[in-house]
Parts: sequence; C-alpha cells; structure tokens
Amino acid sequence: MKFGDEGFFTTKLESILAWARKYSLFQYPFATACCGMEFMATAAPRYDIARFGAEAPRFSPRQADVLWVVGTISQRQAPVLKRIYDQMADPKWVVAFGTCASCGGFYDNYTTVPGVDKLIPVDVYIPGCPPRPEAVLDALILLQEKIQKGGREPIVVPPREVPTLAQIRAKKALR
Amino acid sequence: MSKKVLDRLKKELGDTILETSNFRGDDTAWVAPKDWVKVATFLRDDDALQMDHFIDLTAVDYPEREPDDARFDVLLSVRSAGKNHRLRLKTKVEAGADLATLTGVWAGADWAEREVYDMFGIKFSDHPDLRRILLYEEFEGHPLLKDYPIERTQPLVPYRDVEDIAKLPPFGLDEGQPFARVDWKERLAGNDAQVSPSLGVDAGQLRNISDSQIAESEHSDMLQTLAGSPAPAPGEG
Repeated sequence: MKFGDEGFFTTKLESILAWARKYSLFQYPFATACCGMEFMATAAPRYDIARFGAEAPRFSPRQADVLWVVGTISQRQAPVLKRIYDQMADPKWVVAFGTCASCGGFYDNYTTVPGVDKLIPVDVYIPGCPPRPEAVLDALILLQEKIQKGGREPIVVPPREVPTLAQIRAKKALR
Repeated sequence: MSKKVLDRLKKELGDTILETSNFRGDDTAWVAPKDWVKVATFLRDDDALQMDHFIDLTAVDYPEREPDDARFDVLLSVRSAGKNHRLRLKTKVEAGADLATLTGVWAGADWAEREVYDMFGIKFSDHPDLRRILLYEEFEGHPLLKDYPIERTQPLVPYRDVEDIAKLPPFGLDEGQPFARVDWKERLAGNDAQVSPSLGVDAGQLRNISDSQIAESEHSDMLQTLAGSPAPAPGEG
C-alpha cells in the first residue's frame, strides 16, 4: 500500500490529535492568591469557560493537561509547584495567570518567585492584577491556537484597547 | 481614661518602668530586658490589669542606634478582654543578646516569637521550639534587618537554565498597572512618568500631559484615528 509522502501523513494525524486536544483541556488550577477569584469568575456561568471545551478542573496533576498558575508563588511554594508540574503527563501546558505569576508583580523581594517561568516553562502569560475574565478567555483561545499549531513560543495576552486619559482628552479637544 | 493602666504599673512596679508615654490613647511602657517576663507576668496576673489577651509581639530594627544604644526594639501588645484596656510594652535588645521568652506567660507568644526570630534573628531563651516559621531552613540571614540587601533572593528551587530568563515575559506598562520597577529616583525628582528603567521614558505613562504636548506628541496619530480621518499609513509595527 502506498500512503504517499509519509511526513504528510504524520502531520495530518498530529493535526487531528491537536484538534482533539485543544477542545478537551483538563485543567489543574494552582490557585494561591486573589487571582483565584477571577479564575472562579471565569469558570462560573457568566463567562463559562466550559464553552471552550475546558470545563473540567482536575485536582490531580496526573489527569490534567493545563496547569493554571493563579497567583503569587512564594519561594517556599516553589518546590510544590515544580513537583506538580513534573507529575503532569505530557503533553502539558502552563498558563501564568496574572502579573504575579508572570513576573512577580509588585513583590520585588526575597519572598516571591519573579515569574513562574523561572521554574517551569510557560506557554501563555495573562497580564493584569488580576486579569479580567475576558483576558482569561483570550488566553485560553491563544493556547488552543498554539496547541493546534504545535509551537512552544511563549505568548502574552495583548491588552484590551482601553483609551488612556490623554487619548480621551485629545479626542475631546478635536471636537 | 486608659491612663489607669500606666498609673497602676508605675505605682506597683516603680523603677522597673523606665518610661511611659500616651499617644492619643495608646499607652506605652518601656522596661529593661531583664524585667521583661516579670512585667509581663504582672500584667497578666494583677487584678486591676488582667491582661489576658496576647495580641502581638514584634520587633523593629534601628541599626543606626548602634553602638551607643541597643539595636532592636521588641514590642508586645496585650489587651484585657474583661477590663477592655490595652498596653504596648517595649524593651531594647542588643544585637546578639537573648530575650527571655513569654511563652510561659501567654502561650500565644510562641509563634510570634518564632516570627521575630525568623525575621530579625532575635533569640528567645527557653523558647520551646525556636525555629523559622515563615521562611525555609535553607534561608541565610534575617530579611527584615535593615542591612539585608533588598535585591537578595534565595531561591529554594534553582531557576531554569534559559537564556535571557530575566527578560521573560516581555511585559511593559501597557498591561494596565504600573505595578513595580518604577524609577523612584525619577519620580522623587518630580518626573511623574511611571518609567521602568529598562523600558525608557517613551514607554512610560505620562500623567500630567498638556494639550499642546498631545498635539505634537506621538498621540497625534491617534488623534486622527479617533477623529475618524483616514489613518496614517501603517508603520513597520
């Protein structure tokens, strides 16, 4: 039998697998701080993360695909986070939820890990303190696109377009 | 009203109370470290005081007081639930000297003293379990000392070996919150820009911007867009 170019065949299979994976993400919410509230809001009916195929939180890392690092990670917590990540089965993805998880936020001192990417590779960063649920959904969609494409380059959720005070004043001045 | 506590202390203990003050109803009494437990026990047991509620025990570091005076202040806050009055008891502790533990007087002092030990390195003699309480055993030094370097971190898990890890993630100030890495020297000099030193002035959020500045600034592109006129040709961005 002839299947044509073998590489082509493999790519298609991976594409189907990626399609299946991106709409059935089991999540492990590692919620340590105030961002956890925002994560709950995203999971709750108004924003309803289940619409994107990511409704199942698993509190065992062995069953999870996405590790949501939600909140500040202190140096003392770092071994726990590292261990949770190591226990997850491949393929696995990590989302840094909020400024603290992404870069330490305003905790610029001895207590806090300046971004969980210092410990584990991060796929999507969500800026905000805390991020709004819309930004979280943006992150999920970015992650799904990334799973489909297969790359591992980190992505930052772009900020929503909110006019600055200067812009509003400038607009007013033009009227 | 709450002068009663200080009056009672001075009357009963006399010279043991070195100094007292009352700032807007907050009573403070100073004692020598050797009288620390004695005064605490008196506060608890005296019928007129009945300080049965241990609130907090903490310390303050004054390295500039050395060598003329002791380096640390140790503060005790106690309250009487029945009499509804409170007192702050202070003592001065030399660097390296021990202070007697109050765990025998109030059991609640246990963890508070462990925290003071963790943060300042003040040792409490006869404490039943004087270990670090918040930080990890591997931590060197005591972080709330004024001479602990503000930049010094001691990661428990070694950071990943990735090139340019300090530059990840590529956050600017456009995420809606000027949360940290503010150039404080610039701010103190009167420049209100929230500027991260690594980003430069252009990335800062200028707050006090005049109308003329807007007209000739980089916002002029946005003005046209916002006003509905055709947007300028897109740049390389």
